[in-house]
Amino acid sequence: MDKEIKREIIMEHYSHPKNRLRKDNPDYLKVNTNNASCIDNLDIYLKIKNNLIEDIVFDGEACAISIASTSIAITNLIGKTVDEALKYIENFNSMVNEKEYDKNILNEAIVFDDIYKQSNRQNCALLPYKGIKKALLDYLNK
Amino acid sequence: MNREDFPMFNQDIVYLDNGATTFKPNVVIDKIKDYYENYSANAHRGDYDISYKVDLEYEDAREKVVNFINAKEKEEVIFTGGTTDSLNMIVNGFFAPIMEPLDEVILTTTEHASNILPWFRLANTKGIKIKYIPLDDNYHVTIDNLKKVITPNTKVISLAYVTNVIGDIRPIKEITKFAHENNIFVVVDGAQSVPHLKTDVQDLDIDFLAFSAHKMLGPTGVGVLYGKRELMEEIEPINMGGGMNESFDNEKEIILKDLPARLEAGTPNIAGVIGFGAAIDYLNKIGMDKIQERELQLRNYLIEKLVKIPHIDLINLEADSGIVSFNVEGIFSQDVAYYLNKYNICVRAGNHCAKLVKNATGVTNSIRVSLYFYNTENEIDSLVELLKDKEKIMAEMI
Ligand SMILES: Cc1ncc(COP(=O)(O)O)c(C=O)c1O
Repeated sequence: MDKEIKREIIMEHYSHPKNRLRKDNPDYLKVNTNNASCIDNLDIYLKIKNNLIEDIVFDGEACAISIASTSIAITNLIGKTVDEALKYIENFNSMVNEKEYDKNILNEAIVFDDIYKQSNRQNCALLPYKGIKKALLDYLNK
Repeated sequence: MNREDFPMFNQDIVYLDNGATTFKPNVVIDKIKDYYENYSANAHRGDYDISYKVDLEYEDAREKVVNFINAKEKEEVIFTGGTTDSLNMIVNGFFAPIMEPLDEVILTTTEHASNILPWFRLANTKGIKIKYIPLDDNYHVTIDNLKKVITPNTKVISLAYVTNVIGDIRPIKEITKFAHENNIFVVVDGAQSVPHLKTDVQDLDIDFLAFSAHKMLGPTGVGVLYGKRELMEEIEPINMGGGMNESFDNEKEIILKDLPARLEAGTPNIAGVIGFGAAIDYLNKIGMDKIQERELQLRNYLIEKLVKIPHIDLINLEADSGIVSFNVEGIFSQDVAYYLNKYNICVRAGNHCAKLVKNATGVTNSIRVSLYFYNTENEIDSLVELLKDKEKIMAEMI
């Protein structure tokens, strides 16, 4: 993908993130995700029914890459089953960590395919996935 | 000034994070190297020449600290691992044994974590109470506001001389005067003050002072705990071990060494302490008054330019130190730091380990520029030039 197009997608998700709001609703699982080395700090809320992710929203403070990554993650994960979502997350992690991955199932998240070149920003892109994965595993273990 | 003395400046780098740590001049690096190459032995074991030399150099460094802060005697100066270590020794070794439930410590919300969390632990383990001095509109401490929170239960006031986000210089002399009239101890966190302005513990009448070598051209992992002699005698050694005991036969018969050895258990950071001595010599050669004057000059130069940029929100317009905190309107501080990093400019973004600051300023995080005497107007110009253009920041921050 062209660098300029990637930039535009990231900026669009950063400026108008999907579902950035608080949810104090018992139907939602809440998970906090943060980066120890910086100040990114997000709360992510997931509504899961019968193994299906019905909704995800988030709020908190984080850098442009983290916000954009979260918005893109949410866009992609709503409507997936828990298993599908976990696979998606593994695939994304592989991409960011320079391992083999499947390009075809990431949709817009592909904009981060060269984020590994900026090692100080890898964790920004991974931030939402770290939290969402934890929430999904908690759900499965319940 | 003096940039040629610092090997880090061989790199193309604009370093504006001196509040976190400073660069080291050659004299410090050479001094450390000299120890490892020429007399690399342990301390306090003067049975052979090189070990004897270690003792001389180590105690010589202590003497330098004593003079640098105008302590009365060497028993008042203990080498520690840094400010954090010193503050924990003060809180746990001196205050924990003497504080009763409901006794109060007075802090401020702009303190560094290392002057908050040790007290929080005492609150949780011993039931002491924590109070905060209300800050004025510039987030400064005033004596009048201090008086508002003093009660008959107040045992100690613990605060930074200069804070690491706001950079305000506290009226320590008035605070100790008022405190001592009311039988209250004063602990001073000197991490951001001792490197930048002249410190006279006798004139300021400070009870305890903590500071770090690495923020004043010295090595990492070394710091100082200063305390008045009679108070130092009362500190319980938290660390027990070699080098601090005279003799022991069983748990009832332990004889500890006198100060300062009593509070320096184990093999100390010998190279670090000796290197720190060289850093103090270097600072003295320039002169602390001159250092402070130069930093103020640089600060004013920076502020003058920043206030003219409409999208810069300055957090600490009023402060007489080299610390300048601000935000670029609408842009997360970390993104600004990433952007500046692309131009080899090092600034700090975040809450700067002072997580209660948001209670005072309403700002959860910010960009911090912290200057030292070796920074230049040119460096400030490059920073300001990059901050002027908000479109450029937005375009290049990711
Ligand atoms: C005001 C203040 N206190 C304490 C510390 C802690 O110093 P150290 O990490 O050297 O122990 C710092 C350093 O960031 C500081 O700025």
